[in-house]
Amino acid sequence: MKCSEFLNELTNYLDGVLDARTKSELDDHLAWCHNCYVVCDTTRKTIEIYRDSELYELPDDLRTRLRSAIMSKCTASKKSQPPGS
Amino acid sequence: MSTIQPNIEQPVSEEMQLVRRAKRGDDHAFEELVRRYDRNVFRIAQHITQNREDAEDVVQEAFLKAYSNLEKFQEQSKFYTWLVRIAVNEALMKLRRRKPERTVSLDEEVKTEDDSLPREVADWSPNPEQNYNQAELRDILTRTIQGLPPGFRTVFVLRDVEGLSTEETADALELSIPAVKSRLLRARLQLRERLNRFFQKKGNGNGNADGDESSGDGNQ
Ligand SMILES: [Zn+2]
Repeated sequence: MKCSEFLNELTNYLDGVLDARTKSELDDHLAWCHNCYVVCDTTRKTIEIYRDSELYELPDDLRTRLRSAIMSKCTASKKSQPPGS
Repeated sequence: MSTIQPNIEQPVSEEMQLVRRAKRGDDHAFEELVRRYDRNVFRIAQHITQNREDAEDVVQEAFLKAYSNLEKFQEQSKFYTWLVRIAVNEALMKLRRRKPERTVSLDEEVKTEDDSLPREVADWSPNPEQNYNQAELRDILTRTIQGLPPGFRTVFVLRDVEGLSTEETADALELSIPAVKSRLLRARLQLRERLNRFFQKKGNGNGNADGDESSGDGNQ
């Protein structure tokens, strides 16, 4: 297996959606190819870091404000357009 | 992690019960749906638009649109996936308005193969994120993902941050499954590449990993 072939399967490998044979071919490649090992490992870390980062959490006060704005707009839209049309 | 979900008749989910009540005009049920997903919609919107005000607008517009089109929602897909599709479209529209000079499309042509091949292969510190305080890390992560094309970062956010399955992502973005997979791979590799300079092991000198006394693999 070439490095480029490994990379093409990297996403499936990390997501654990490969059949057993392909997976073991990739495992074999990782065992001797240090570059792909590092790429695979740091890509996994990239995903984990973003997943755990809690970027863009919605602050509670803003959340409340948005929700009441949404609900009052929804109610207003219902009044202007009777249901069952 | 994603498991194989059998495509058989399931008891009506709690989500679908809320949707049905909302369809019959129960606004409390709709409000409950807002409560359930407002944080996710906000996160997705801000990742796409990279702008706080725009993200607030997207949250409002997406839910309002969902509310007034609820009748059209077919119950074959999850409400959440349907909502995400609406939100992504709203967010892309905002982005187009702000950056008309750049084509903003989920279909933008993926560049050549070699483009996403890793150029720099350097190992990272064991817990590289711990070398930065929370504000610094946030800044690094935000600026790094901002550099990706919108089509890539949208797929990454839905799949890897929000945890949608490949199928749900394809459904929400109206892309094919191979297209989602290919964008996801490129997004992941590009982020990795860009994070190198922050997370790479210190003291590698020229950054060449050959022949360093890296520990850990294969010497047992
Ligand atoms: Zn390799």
